[in-house]
Amino acid sequence: MEDLSRFKQTYFDESAELLEVAEAGLLRLTPGEVDSDEVNAIFRAVHSIKGGGGAFGFTELVAFAHEFETVMDGVRNNTVPVTTELVDTLIRANDLLGQMLAYAREGDPAPAGTTDGTVAALRRHLSGGAPQVQAPAAAPAAPAPAPVYADDEDDEAGLFGDAMAAIAAARAEEDPVPPGKLRWTIVFRPRPDLLMSGNEPAFMLRALRRLGDATVECHTDALPNLQNLEAELLHLSWTVTLIADADVDLDKINDVFEFVADDCDIRITAEAPPPAAPEAPPPVTDPVPVAAAAPQAVVAAVPEAPPKTLGADAPKAEAARPRPNGGGAEHAGLTSHTIRVDLDKIDRLVNMVGEMVITQAMIAEHVRELPPGEFQELLEGLEQLAQHTRELRESVMSIRAQPVSSVFSRMPRLVRECAATTGKEVQLVTSGETTEVDKTVVENLVDPLTHMIRNSIDHGLEGPEERERVGKPRAGTVHLSAQHRSGRIVIEITDDGRGINRPKVLSKAIEKGLVQPGATLSDEEIDNLIFLPGFSTADQVSNLSGRGVGMDVVRRNITSLGGRIGVYSTPGEGSRFVLSLPLTLAVLDGMVISVGEERFVLPLTNIVESLRPKAADLHGLVGKCDVMMARGEYVRLVYLHQLFGIPGAVADPTRALVVLVETEDGSRLGLVVDEVLGQQQVVIKSLEANFRRLDGVAAATILGDGRVALILDVAGLREMSRHMDSRAPRPPSSPVAALPAPALEPV
Amino acid sequence: MSSSTALATVGGSRTDARNDVMAVNAAEEQYVTFTVGSEEYGVNILSVREIRGWTPESRLPNLPDYVRGVINLRGIIIPIFDLRARFGGGATSVTKRHVVVVIQVGERTRGILVDAISDILAIGHDAIKPPPDVDGGMVDAEYLSGLYTADDRMVTLLNVEKLFSVENSELDSATRALPALERAS
Repeated sequence: MEDLSRFKQTYFDESAELLEVAEAGLLRLTPGEVDSDEVNAIFRAVHSIKGGGGAFGFTELVAFAHEFETVMDGVRNNTVPVTTELVDTLIRANDLLGQMLAYAREGDPAPAGTTDGTVAALRRHLSGGAPQVQAPAAAPAAPAPAPVYADDEDDEAGLFGDAMAAIAAARAEEDPVPPGKLRWTIVFRPRPDLLMSGNEPAFMLRALRRLGDATVECHTDALPNLQNLEAELLHLSWTVTLIADADVDLDKINDVFEFVADDCDIRITAEAPPPAAPEAPPPVTDPVPVAAAAPQAVVAAVPEAPPKTLGADAPKAEAARPRPNGGGAEHAGLTSHTIRVDLDKIDRLVNMVGEMVITQAMIAEHVRELPPGEFQELLEGLEQLAQHTRELRESVMSIRAQPVSSVFSRMPRLVRECAATTGKEVQLVTSGETTEVDKTVVENLVDPLTHMIRNSIDHGLEGPEERERVGKPRAGTVHLSAQHRSGRIVIEITDDGRGINRPKVLSKAIEKGLVQPGATLSDEEIDNLIFLPGFSTADQVSNLSGRGVGMDVVRRNITSLGGRIGVYSTPGEGSRFVLSLPLTLAVLDGMVISVGEERFVLPLTNIVESLRPKAADLHGLVGKCDVMMARGEYVRLVYLHQLFGIPGAVADPTRALVVLVETEDGSRLGLVVDEVLGQQQVVIKSLEANFRRLDGVAAATILGDGRVALILDVAGLREMSRHMDSRAPRPPSSPVAALPAPALEPV
Repeated sequence: MSSSTALATVGGSRTDARNDVMAVNAAEEQYVTFTVGSEEYGVNILSVREIRGWTPESRLPNLPDYVRGVINLRGIIIPIFDLRARFGGGATSVTKRHVVVVIQVGERTRGILVDAISDILAIGHDAIKPPPDVDGGMVDAEYLSGLYTADDRMVTLLNVEKLFSVENSELDSATRALPALERAS
């Protein structure tokens, strides 16, 4: 029972992936031009879901998937024209398939009539074309030597009996191939364990019959005697002689064996090249002994054979061979080299590696105190260990890495829907989908990206008429790109719309009291107003935006991932949103600082520089706080020891250090700390897992000595300092002349 | 390290406890008891994950004094609560002999700082007496699961889940109420 549920779990996992594959494929379907690789991929996906569902007895799901598959088959055979309506129907069908899977997963029956509407819609599209599945292309002329099934759904029992009859007929049949037809000889020798993978040779034989007049010969020579017979193994093989119309080519025959190609030995030969088929292989003219000995001119399966002829004996060679239908090759390659692992296991691995990094740092710290020279070998070994640890950490992190395509692939659909709601014409261009980021980052990107793309379409892009008036193409373009840049991932969303309406933004901000009337703001500052909480330019609440989820939420999401967001806009030409995010959420580049006895970590991305101010640079501001003049700008000082209540800290900035930090929105703060201890990669640990969130603290980490240090959240610190309304006693102007500022590398 | 010696002694008593488990009858449950000053407290043994010697904590900003800080427990970060401070006795001045009882509460792991481990008792349900009404709201009876008399001692059985539920508003308001500046000076 437990085993079955595990298989079920695998089935649902795989189905979820297949649904995504199908959806991605459907979204790429363009009316008029049918890319057979895409169509095949969708068909395969639906077919696999159906097949697995059948195995578990999800009859409703299978019935629906069958309808879906039938239409896809029509598309595949060009009998169902690809129209916009069809694509819409298919997308809906795919959604519904997902729902059916969800019901199946929960073990609930789907409510009656769930699929009715969609099935009807699917069938409507079918009525245009010849439904291939229901009416197989039976050989019309020449009485078939074996009966050809009109409907092949319920004939399993009869198949083998008929096959025997067919063999008898085939023995008698020595007549030449009818004109305009081809005789194919297909030797199908499955591996004994074929049945284990849930495949059924009878289906394949039946499918071959659908292609033309098939004569099936069953070879029983490998059949062991009854004592040795293992019922679960397959001991039979078959030779099928197929007389088919000229339009049946090798691809079609190969398709029949698509799912078992790796589990069997197939040899397909055609008798005489058909003059009508341009792609057909030329006969082998080289007098290969086999060919010469054969009574008929046979396209032999020799290594030099034309690409259309398939002959692969070893399953290994089979796997390495690119599938005849392009799209499959990549898929096959992937499945054979990937392994499905529970995310928890990887998390544990990541955690352990994190521990190792800490331990290694701890040892390094102790070793540094040893007298140099005496422990040369230990030092060298440690150096190597450090290197291995780093490599190990990178490898482990890369296990969690995922291409952003898993998020990007959801966007075309969103764009379609937004375009439909707003009545705008939108074209989505994506690039850099293969850029890899940690899974957690990828997952957390969905919401911000969804919101920003909606925003771009709703607010950024003009309607088609307006675009035409200003000399732009009717369809607006939204460009979504991802790339790695200096250890971070940078995601850009660019639109060629009207850009940010600065006068409107400014007046809204003043109206809402976010900006003082009469204030002069730079263009950049105005653009950044859209990230303020409570800001919306939408005059009415539309379906898409203005529902209280503003860009401030987007920014908060991005910030919580340790990222930042910027906007660049040119009126009339469009806007560009730039997200910069860390590649992983597990490790952070930080600067260790000390305040009193405590040590903290500041994310390196926040740090601008650190310096020791001169007394002359320090000023009190209306008795509320201290400011410091740094590079021509007044920066508010925040005393970390006051904020966090740490005793024994250096209170005088001219004796302490000021770390100039910058928040995501570009505002700066001067953090007064005792000392900057150095830069270090730290493993991020949750404080919330066992405790709770704390103001001004993003997370925690463990330093080399095993002690816990808090990772500071600069934006949170600023919030806290704002709430401190009474000011600390001014530091006495120190007579000690300021030391030269030990500026750090600006980040 | 001092922690290892502390663990060793404690470990010894735990082994004894295991042997006792065999003899425990079904209506009884085992409690780990520890002392804070002259008082003795007990928690259900099933929630105790380990007992370890005191290691220096890292302070957390702007929290009530009974939240001592956090420590690194083999890679996870757990908060340490000071039981003495929780009952208004002021922060414990720790020595190497102080003990942290690591407790699993639901998904969360926490440490409770106590003076010493005293015993492991098998307590029958019937032997647990309800806490008397404690006047003046000094003690919120919610986090007391009962009182038990062992020989001539009284053991206060704690509901640790309630006692240190940091999700509740009490701690939040306590945090807010503490002006950062006052604490600084």
